[in-house]
Amino acid sequence: MTRRPSERRCPLTDTTLTGAGAHTGHAPAHPPTNTGVSNAKLGMWLFLGSECLLFGGLISTYLLYRGRVAGGPAPRQIFDIPFTSVSSFILLMSSLTMVLAVSSITRGDMPRARTWLVTTALLGACFVGGQVYEFTVFYREGLGFTTNLFGSSFYTLTGFHGVHVTVGIIMLLSLYMMTLRGTIHQGKAETVEIVGLYWHFVDIVWIVIFTVVYLIPA
Amino acid sequence: MAIIDEPRIELERAKVVTPVEALGVFSRPTSNTGWKSWITTVDHKKIGLLYGSTAVFFFVVGGCEALLIRLQLARPNGTILGAETYNELFTMHGTTMVFLFVMPMAAAFANYFIPLQIGARDVAFPRLNAFSYWCFLFGGIFLNLSWFLGGAPDGGWFAYAPNTTVVFSPSHGMDFWALGLQITGIASLTGAVNLIVTCLNMRAPGMSLMRMPIFTWMALVVQFLLLFAIPVITVALFLLQFDRLFGANFFEVKQGADPLLWQHLFWIFGHPEVYILILPSFGIVSEVLPVFSRKPLFGYPFVVFSGVAIGFMGWGVWAHHMFASSLGPVSVAAFSLSTMFIAVPTGVKIINWLATMWGGRLRLDVPMMFAIGLVVLFTIGGLSGVTHAVAPSDTQQTDTYYIVAHFHYVLFGGAVFGLFAGFYYWWPKVFGRRLSETLGKINFWLMFIGMNLTFGPMHIIGLEGQPRRMYRYAPGMGFDVWNMIETIGSFILAAGILVFLINVVKTARGPKCEEDPWDARTIEWMTTSPPKPHNFDSTLQITHLDEYWHRKYEEVEEGHGLKQVATYAEVMAAEVPDEHIHMPSPSYWPIVIAFGLPLIASGLIFSRWISVIGALIVFGGLYALALEPATAPEAPSEGHADDSHAPDGPTTAAAAEPPADDEATEREAVPVD
Repeated sequence: MTRRPSERRCPLTDTTLTGAGAHTGHAPAHPPTNTGVSNAKLGMWLFLGSECLLFGGLISTYLLYRGRVAGGPAPRQIFDIPFTSVSSFILLMSSLTMVLAVSSITRGDMPRARTWLVTTALLGACFVGGQVYEFTVFYREGLGFTTNLFGSSFYTLTGFHGVHVTVGIIMLLSLYMMTLRGTIHQGKAETVEIVGLYWHFVDIVWIVIFTVVYLIPA
Repeated sequence: MAIIDEPRIELERAKVVTPVEALGVFSRPTSNTGWKSWITTVDHKKIGLLYGSTAVFFFVVGGCEALLIRLQLARPNGTILGAETYNELFTMHGTTMVFLFVMPMAAAFANYFIPLQIGARDVAFPRLNAFSYWCFLFGGIFLNLSWFLGGAPDGGWFAYAPNTTVVFSPSHGMDFWALGLQITGIASLTGAVNLIVTCLNMRAPGMSLMRMPIFTWMALVVQFLLLFAIPVITVALFLLQFDRLFGANFFEVKQGADPLLWQHLFWIFGHPEVYILILPSFGIVSEVLPVFSRKPLFGYPFVVFSGVAIGFMGWGVWAHHMFASSLGPVSVAAFSLSTMFIAVPTGVKIINWLATMWGGRLRLDVPMMFAIGLVVLFTIGGLSGVTHAVAPSDTQQTDTYYIVAHFHYVLFGGAVFGLFAGFYYWWPKVFGRRLSETLGKINFWLMFIGMNLTFGPMHIIGLEGQPRRMYRYAPGMGFDVWNMIETIGSFILAAGILVFLINVVKTARGPKCEEDPWDARTIEWMTTSPPKPHNFDSTLQITHLDEYWHRKYEEVEEGHGLKQVATYAEVMAAEVPDEHIHMPSPSYWPIVIAFGLPLIASGLIFSRWISVIGALIVFGGLYALALEPATAPEAPSEGHADDSHAPDGPTTAAAAEPPADDEATEREAVPVD
């Protein structure tokens, strides 16, 4: 890595020499940046910041409307807390396997990395499957999307989260395919890490949603 | 898939490397000229021009809508438009001006000048940048197609639900509105991520944040506002769409829905949006005033931090748009106070601008006239804004023309005048030609007089009680004369815009100007005009705020005048060109992905099958984008073939050194508007 002449009075540029990728021993996948964080990773952090407001808006709407249950079942009549706790646990465990995937690919252990990527995707799929099952049950019990304000806001909030998990699963499976093709290798461990950021974010959002929607009584 | 978009600007690589033609689905296009180069471009300057020209087109569209409104209101009981058409026109006028002119025009300036002002060769995610533009274009077209596909939106640019649910707005107009804004929202959001990363990560060596040119600073604040404001309106638009398309109950009052939900969500977005519209112009004016006063910007850190302060405080004032709803006294008092407070950082800026001009050797060229115009008109608008902060007074003014007067003074007198200052100031930079001063002065005065005639009297008739959004008014209420004056003023204003367009066309055929016509201060002028595709031949080393100025001038002795130590040519000659410049390759996929989005949207309105096709296009496009080689296969030069960047691409050879002027010559030939 060539050291660019940097101006002495400017502390920020000194950090440009710590481009990510240096620690892997590979040539950095990007030029040194001012912050030391790669463009792609910084971009993901910003995007997740934006997502906070998206879920913030949806959660606020749910909180406003969750008690408005005219013409349909109320939250505690239909929620199956043990079931949802199990599926939440599965989702949280997928964060662990995601960490293991990142750790494996950083060490260059491709077979393990593939295993953990697929495991994470499968755990995520279990969660989404559980959500689909749950939605079906709720619908049979009389809570449709259009039944009342609680129904509309519940399905919208949890549905948006489910779509986020699904997008995450697609990204994980794409990463898996790309490791098979060789497009993703140890030198690109950061790409996996960035998908991991997204994945952890989606998990954390679920912790909030699970608490607010299922655990705190209306 | 932003995350897979690799930054591909590598300064320490081969001289400008020529990509060569390669076959295969995932190859990358290579042309640098012709129409194809425009639809596949990832060059931030070309994308900036695309943004700008599209925005000006929509400006003309929105302006025509405004003229129709003024014609209808010229006399009492106007008969030119019916009530429905009038509703559609004021809705589309507001929507077009906000989302399709001022925002993208600011995006055009930001795109073009942020990389140049921070000494970068492109933005952080060039393909994402192209995607943003195409989303904006297709979103704008989609929104306007509503005129031909069953009626334009008619619920106002704020679209208060439940007034915009199917019961009260049965045409497809509001569907087009909600879905179209979702698409342009994607453009703003991806653009924001892109430009923030660019500002934070890609500054030239030595350019600390506090040496960033002020326009870049203000644009950075705007991108943060967009980043956090867009998701909020996204939620609001989703809720509205779900109500309209799938029968959800979010705004169904008989189900117990709260009509204030929409207002809160919309204005939590909407008030930061106001600063999204004005801050870029503040940035432009803060560049123009020092150059034409031949003094540094007075209190640069204050201007920076007042901009940041506006960015923060802008989140705490939204409910002043809702004083007339039943908020309760505590909320009203709190938001009233916070609204008065936000006048402080804005006042700081105005004081700084005045102090910049104070004692300077002012040159009243057209950019300077527009900048001073902004200071004057924005101050008037700002003062009427303070009267809205006083809740008892505001409840009298709500829904009258007084409000219309206020926001046109800040948005037209402020934002648009700033953008025009930017046009005149940076035209030589972008096109290598100076807009005519004579026509420019006519343009300025027509706009200045027209704007005051149009919007000034609205203060009076507003306080006299003329309600806004009404398609006619009865005679003899004291409104007649003023409305006629306003209509005349609006046509004078339109004539001013017309003179600008004539100026543009004339200049395109005119002679080239010198490289640094204004004796400017910031580093975007330390390259050719128009800039080469790779912006700078050398990697600039920054040691000062106003770097370029400091290379041209030195102080004779502390505080006693300046002497010129170098000219543009000498400054440029002192730079050692980089040998290894690697530019990102164009891509087909941004336009393809963006094209899928309006298909998905129209499918939701008309037939789900169109949505399926659109979704397939988006999905396929995303994969193609992710899988295409990061750079076009390139001619082997100096053994710099980098496998990791093009794992699948065929490695073909044969290349020619690109004539560096090639693109520049081509760009001049492009019609700008």
